[in-house]
Amino acid sequence: MEWIQQLVNGISLGSIYALIALGYTMVYGIIKLINFAHGDVFMLGAFIGFYAIARWEMNVFLALILAMILCAVIGVIIERVAYKRLRNATRIAALITAIGVSLLIEYTVIFFRGASPSAYPTIFETSNFEILGVKISTQSILILSVSIFLMILLQFIVHKTKIGKAMRAVSHDADAARLMGINVDNTISATFAIGSALAGAAGVIFGIYYTRIDPLMGVLPGIKAFIAAVLGGIGIIPGAMVGGLVLGVVETIVSALGYSLWRDAAAFVILILILIIRPSGIFGKNAREKV
Amino acid sequence: MTHKNKMKKYGSLFMATALLTGALAGCNTDGDTSSSGGSGNSASDVIKIGANLELSGGVASYGSSIGDGAKLAIEEINAAGGIDGKKLELITVDNKSENSEATTAAIRLAEKEKVVAMLAPATSGNSVATVEIANKYKVPMVTGSGTSPNVTVNENGTVNEYAFRTCFIDPFQGTVAANFATKDLGAKNVAIFADNASDYAKGLAASFKETVVANGGTVVAEEAYVAKDVDFKSTLTNIKGKNPDFIFIPGYYEEVGLIVKQARDLGIDVPLMGADGWDSPTLVDLAGAEALNNTYITNHYSSEDPDANIQKFVEAFKGEYNEAPNAFHALGYDSIYFIVDAIKRVDGDITSEAIQKQLAATKDLSLITGTFTVDEFHNPVKSATVLEFVNGKQQFNSKVNP
Repeated sequence: MEWIQQLVNGISLGSIYALIALGYTMVYGIIKLINFAHGDVFMLGAFIGFYAIARWEMNVFLALILAMILCAVIGVIIERVAYKRLRNATRIAALITAIGVSLLIEYTVIFFRGASPSAYPTIFETSNFEILGVKISTQSILILSVSIFLMILLQFIVHKTKIGKAMRAVSHDADAARLMGINVDNTISATFAIGSALAGAAGVIFGIYYTRIDPLMGVLPGIKAFIAAVLGGIGIIPGAMVGGLVLGVVETIVSALGYSLWRDAAAFVILILILIIRPSGIFGKNAREKV
Repeated sequence: MTHKNKMKKYGSLFMATALLTGALAGCNTDGDTSSSGGSGNSASDVIKIGANLELSGGVASYGSSIGDGAKLAIEEINAAGGIDGKKLELITVDNKSENSEATTAAIRLAEKEKVVAMLAPATSGNSVATVEIANKYKVPMVTGSGTSPNVTVNENGTVNEYAFRTCFIDPFQGTVAANFATKDLGAKNVAIFADNASDYAKGLAASFKETVVANGGTVVAEEAYVAKDVDFKSTLTNIKGKNPDFIFIPGYYEEVGLIVKQARDLGIDVPLMGADGWDSPTLVDLAGAEALNNTYITNHYSSEDPDANIQKFVEAFKGEYNEAPNAFHALGYDSIYFIVDAIKRVDGDITSEAIQKQLAATKDLSLITGTFTVDEFHNPVKSATVLEFVNGKQQFNSKVNP
């Protein structure tokens, strides 16, 4: 029974990683940028949700949608202001800029509200379902269902809509896509908008589930989501989902075995191993990158 | 040539600035000496006590709370006629919550203000920074809330002659919690879930374990977490599997709030306990009032303690500051009474060396935060208060003797 409980714990954690990893992987897939500011958009989402629920007394789902919309706008602004002009610059320049943007967001938030943590209000009384001695809280179920819903929605957008088609085309070959009349700039903005909205949603879900939010909360989950994306194969959407869930479960297992102090280390060992053994990730094809 | 001229110009500018600063600094010191000289003339009827406190910076709330408590104590003593007709004067210096400033402030108090004793900074780190000064100038210092053992005992294990404290040391709370768990709650199989990133929590966990084993209990699980973690469910599931009837969680409220919440979510309903690191309103926000039921903390004091002396202090404090005193207020207040008690027992001239001897000899002194006896390591041996959370409010539960 304990192991089923641990699995439930791992999947709840993993679905948050997966939601953040989706945005990472989409942005990487389309402009080959490791967007280190992504974890901070996640943090902004958590705070928008917090103010929406605690101060403006919004319903949870409205707060979730508000956080997603505002994060989408923030994501597009970040892209337009910081990354667009670096589109033809070296990748290291873009990477350094991403780190700069990340720090800028973190410390702007600290400037306005201080660094002390806030506690998410209790949204519903935590009632537990008990199945075969395994406690599953309503919150875990909420997290899981919202995450699954958003992932299905994303798959739908990418595979069935016009903008999804454009995104796939730009990701495959931006120049050819431009020649085919696709507006590459708008497509990239749309990618940032969707990815950031998912991060915002993850932020709100994180707040509801783990209660404590603070301006630097995005750093570690951001890196974990990056690992999840690499694990699944960076640039591949189903890979990010699977990578996130695998990472969440692995971390939980490491803790369950009594090595709770090693759980972060375990995540980084996974990153190192995957880069050595299979750099293209679980879902990646072993193709050489074009130069 | 022009270059040389320029150099000359800058040189003279520099000289002028230096002179000006010198003059200003001179003015400043003149002003200072004249003011302190004024009271120096009447030194025979004023006893000066210094206060080296965090009044600004990162932990300003601790320092100012101690300062407020101390001021109230000084006013009370002066209103009651002082010590043998001599009034007390509190000379407060802000150490900006920084080690180096704390050292400078201690030098100023000892050398220039010539205080007979001083309140040391609120935090252990800042207090340790002033120990050397206290020893060098032979001015006893008393910290209200510096709980690290290193304040009064240096690395070699020898006692810092001039350092004292009114709070108990970190490991002591672990002992008290273990006694409470095994004796008052009758726990047999206990689990420990400690913050591995802080010496505070590790010290508590070690002393808790030792006492539980000495009292005949068993430690069935010992797990650790790192500060800033948010997901404790997997470890808690592990602990739950070992069926403990009591869990000790030494740590700070930021993580403890989440641990308590997640433990209750997983159906762990045994008593949970921590120490003064839990004491923050944020804990209640994080954990939720309901999850906190059946949890306990050890603390320095409770404003709800029915003891008559404590209620008298609470009333006096409310009259002065319009709020209920917290543990820091009480410790600041006690620190002054602790020093004053020693001064009263001095035979002959009130010198800082004589006060030091009397501080070290303090026995069964009844104060707000407990009945004090100073041990060989200059730590007070006194009772600790156990508080219980009831619907998000701290309630006085009992006093536990060491």
